[in-house]
Amino acid sequence: MTPTVVPGAARTARRFRGSRRTAVSWLFLAPFTLVFLLYTAIPTVAALGFSLTDLRGTDLRNPFAVEFTGLENYLRLFQDESFLRDILNTALFVAVGVPLTMGIGFALAVALNSGIRRLRRTFRIVFFAPVVTNIVAVALIWQYAFNADGTVNKVLGALGFAGPNWLDDPNLAMPVVILLGVWRNFGTAMVLFLAGLQAVPQDVYEAASLDGAGRWRQLRHITLPLLLPTTLMVSVLLTVFYLQVFDEPYLLTNGGPLGSTESVALYTYHQFGSGEFGMSSAASFVMLVLVMLVSIVQFRLLRPRA
Amino acid sequence: MTTVASVRETEMIDDRVAVRRRSVTPPLLYGALVLCALLTLLPFVWVISGSLRSLDEIRSDPGAWLPHDVTLGNFTRLFATEGFGGFMANSIVVAIIVVAGNVVAASAAGYALAKLDFTGKRLAFGAVMAALMVPFTAVFVTQFVITVDLGMADTLAGIALPSVAMPLSVFIMRQYAMSIPDELLEAARIDGAGEFRIFFRIFLPLGGPAVATITIMSFLSSWNNFIWPLIVAQSMSSYTLPVGLAATSQAASHVTDYGLQLAGAIVVMLPVLVLFLFLQRYFVQGIAGTGMR
Repeated sequence: MTPTVVPGAARTARRFRGSRRTAVSWLFLAPFTLVFLLYTAIPTVAALGFSLTDLRGTDLRNPFAVEFTGLENYLRLFQDESFLRDILNTALFVAVGVPLTMGIGFALAVALNSGIRRLRRTFRIVFFAPVVTNIVAVALIWQYAFNADGTVNKVLGALGFAGPNWLDDPNLAMPVVILLGVWRNFGTAMVLFLAGLQAVPQDVYEAASLDGAGRWRQLRHITLPLLLPTTLMVSVLLTVFYLQVFDEPYLLTNGGPLGSTESVALYTYHQFGSGEFGMSSAASFVMLVLVMLVSIVQFRLLRPRA
Repeated sequence: MTTVASVRETEMIDDRVAVRRRSVTPPLLYGALVLCALLTLLPFVWVISGSLRSLDEIRSDPGAWLPHDVTLGNFTRLFATEGFGGFMANSIVVAIIVVAGNVVAASAAGYALAKLDFTGKRLAFGAVMAALMVPFTAVFVTQFVITVDLGMADTLAGIALPSVAMPLSVFIMRQYAMSIPDELLEAARIDGAGEFRIFFRIFLPLGGPAVATITIMSFLSSWNNFIWPLIVAQSMSSYTLPVGLAATSQAASHVTDYGLQLAGAIVVMLPVLVLFLFLQRYFVQGIAGTGMR
């Protein structure tokens, strides 16, 4: 810390140090920034561009054949009955999947947080295991269990019911697909609720139970109100998961039977698969806008916690 | 507070009632929890028992819960004729690239975002947040076009590259770096240490828990990643395990070969489940701390 004689020189030195620090900082950020530009920023902008053209898979080697078509893809999209059906399917997945996943996750979190000691760790491991389990593998197990002569129907048969062919029935395939999603995600909800529950001070419960409030009353009047922020966060998070649902329907039914389980993400993939890159991009852009809107809400909710 | 007060006004229950209720609850609670745990574990029971049954046995009685004659034949077939050894090697190579990339890129980026002041910092953090939000569905078409243009279609590098600097890793590292006291770094700065020296000598050694979380999270996401490898890998030589498993089970000759499919399922999920059993703290932290995976 030598005192500088000339003020101008000090300013130059500080500016030099500032720009040097900026250069060094961006060097630290360089790997992330490169990957971000290449695989997130450019693709997002390009997807918007593609969605305004008639780009097809066959045009990749002949880019000059591509024509600008304005909003035509979007118009076609919203006139396409299968796209509208897929929006409804996705909405159903969210509307049933989110409350179910949260309900199970919440109930298990409360049970594990109720002061039990024995097996607590084991239970937590078991309930969280589906979250880390490979989806391709689990989907195969699901197909094995839910096929016409599978293990599930074997049990139903023993109980005197004739089991249906679950995944080939347009009315039953969706519940099985949703069940797989719920099985895979309730552990995430549980862990997030547990974190929320552990932040609730124990003396509040002690005071309430001294005053004679039973378990149920404590749950309704203390736990639920104090967990409101966690509940909001989990619901938004799961909504974002389920809005993008792809793996479960793709692997179990590939969207069938009769498109009854095709999601918006799967529609995008099928358009891509049939070479309709422009249409695929338009559909994916609709998805992007939806997810962004929900995500912005999510980060608003997360911010005070972070 | 108001809730507690209103409870006091409306209900007065003898202390003994409350105590008795508490001692009655656990058996019921345990019963319910054990039931839920068994239901959760059912798919694992099915996969283990199914993978140990021979093709003939499954054809004659597809829905049986337990094998009559235990056989490891399905597992030997996977590696001898279905190429699972190669798929596994590919999965491991991709995972190593992804984990190494994330540890380096995320530690550096997280450190800069948490501990350095520079022009464009808000922009950089905004990029991390934006990358967290953009759904894969929205970008995979262009990502594929770029991968083709870079000459990396059907290569392991093409599969790994988009995941080598995941925004989630950067986010975890930044949150962790914020908790390291500035004084530590400032002291080194006054001693004349450069930023790189401080990063490698002081910050990284302290970053152990976050580096462990990033390693686990990026390994998990790489090992389980399915759609992107499915799009990029076009020949068996670049299939990762999940893609290979899906292809094997969808092949016409294997559609009802459940024993083989379930054995493949075990090969794919076992490594992650074993890691999870030993390191579950880091798995849970990674997901609970951010709510993402």
